[in-house]
Amino acid sequence: MAQAINVEDLNIYYSEFLAVENVNVTIQPRSVTALIGPSGCGKSTFLRTLNRMHEVIPGAYATGSVEIEGANIYGSGVDPVNVRRRVGMVFQKPNPFPTMSIRDNVLAGVKLNNQRISRSTADELVESSLRGANLWEEVKDRLDKPGMGLSGGQQQRLCIARAIAVKPEVILMDEPCSALDPISTLAIEDLIHEMKQDFTIVIVTHNMQQASRVSDRTGFFNIAGTGKPGHLIEIDETEKMFTNPENKQTEDYISGRFG
Amino acid sequence: MSTSAAATPTPQKQSDPPETKARTAKRPGDLIFSGLSIGSGLLIFLTLLLVAVFLTIRSLPAIQSSREVTGDADAVSLLEYTAPLVFGTVFAAVLALLMAVPVAVGIALFISHFAPRRLATPLGFMIDLLAAVPSVVFGLWGGVWLVPRLEPLYMWLNTYLGWIPLFAGEPSAPMRNLATASVVLAVMILPIITAVSREVFLQTPRLQEEAALALGATRFETIRTVVLPFGRSGVVSASMLGLGRALGETMAVLMVLSPGSSFSLHILEVGRHNSIAANIASQSAEATPDVMARLIFTGLVLFVITFVINAIARAVVARSTQG
Repeated sequence: MAQAINVEDLNIYYSEFLAVENVNVTIQPRSVTALIGPSGCGKSTFLRTLNRMHEVIPGAYATGSVEIEGANIYGSGVDPVNVRRRVGMVFQKPNPFPTMSIRDNVLAGVKLNNQRISRSTADELVESSLRGANLWEEVKDRLDKPGMGLSGGQQQRLCIARAIAVKPEVILMDEPCSALDPISTLAIEDLIHEMKQDFTIVIVTHNMQQASRVSDRTGFFNIAGTGKPGHLIEIDETEKMFTNPENKQTEDYISGRFG
Repeated sequence: MSTSAAATPTPQKQSDPPETKARTAKRPGDLIFSGLSIGSGLLIFLTLLLVAVFLTIRSLPAIQSSREVTGDADAVSLLEYTAPLVFGTVFAAVLALLMAVPVAVGIALFISHFAPRRLATPLGFMIDLLAAVPSVVFGLWGGVWLVPRLEPLYMWLNTYLGWIPLFAGEPSAPMRNLATASVVLAVMILPIITAVSREVFLQTPRLQEEAALALGATRFETIRTVVLPFGRSGVVSASMLGLGRALGETMAVLMVLSPGSSFSLHILEVGRHNSIAANIASQSAEATPDVMARLIFTGLVLFVITFVINAIARAVVARSTQG
């Protein structure tokens, strides 16, 4: 299920503007990789190229290659819709579909593409996905209530359930806890720990403690100045990154001397 | 109010807490502006009230003498006079709505989600221009250009789909029938429905659309799962606006429809229907006082109908903004 991601010579553009330059990195399967760095350094932009969500912004595109399971998702003839079915995403703010019940939210991705599933299969999938997102016990009695009625943290876990219901290989998380209170954050972090048994997880976070708590490897993005492209400065085992980084910039950022 | 009154020692003026008075009274600009805006608001209310009062008072003779004959050859009671007109008015407006809404939603979605920006902007501008065309022009266009061109279509519908009550009957040229009137009305209400729907679709939260896309939704699936549910109430209220306009439209109907008085469902037949507004416009110039009272009564009915429609539209919008 979980797959490695191999990124080579990736340049990411917004129209003319080169936002992230020359990223080369291999992301291990069944692991959590955290991306940290100051605001505007391109870590979210990079994350969004891993499921081709970057290009939904008008004028945005990327060059280079991103290989998942040995196949370049930017190859010619690759349908971004299929890529996004294999690479799920969780956003900064919880975004369950407001008009749908909890159950329908979980099944939303599965029902796309006119797939028909039987009632019993759907029930099983709803339960396993919600259990996978540590939400089942809290919502099992109100699956037909709207998803917007949940608390922020529950909504975010509902979004995670929705993402894992389509059984992706990779899950991308773009600051998934930044809109949540500390207790909900803890719940999501615990969940991330469990999820890495099955998925390759890449998480962008502003919170360095969070990166050190949840990730196996950490990548540091930095930017030389406004209008300059962001770079992946260093990526290594999380423990090493936070204790003994190779690069001076990483050390400065982590020890709080800048950024 | 009661809390502020309790806080102040002067119990005489309960509705005027001194703090607020002191704050607003000091600035003459504020006074003038609030006076002007309150005045304008009252003026609207007053105008509406006066119109309602006028319609009611002037139609009283017709209501009181509802059994009386108007002196016309086809003497009928007030109810028999008004009911077919109401039927024709609502029927034509609903038909127009049925034709216009799907097209308007399609155009709005095209502009908001499919068209490249270079095309979307001029297209939106053109739709707005369509709203600025005077209804007389639509009437001319409908009567002179559209009527002969719709004839083959009507004959085809009548021949092959004649088993559907709508297309049954015996259409005859020139096709100045309810169907043509509805088509013209549909074109006229298209811009307002399109413009409002487009605005609503453009307000779909980006995050919601990205949620669908990130699940592997195609563009159409994104529209179906996110944009349309989000915009549904907006489309409903836009349709109500269109319906209101179609109900009250005078000139175009007058110039396209050859009038009649019946409850016929056969929209292809000529001389079977008329609308309240067109009837008033065509009859009022040479009306006897008796007939005038009846015309004013039909006007009152139209006033009430559009009022109710608008109230429903408001309720729908209010409910959607709450949830």
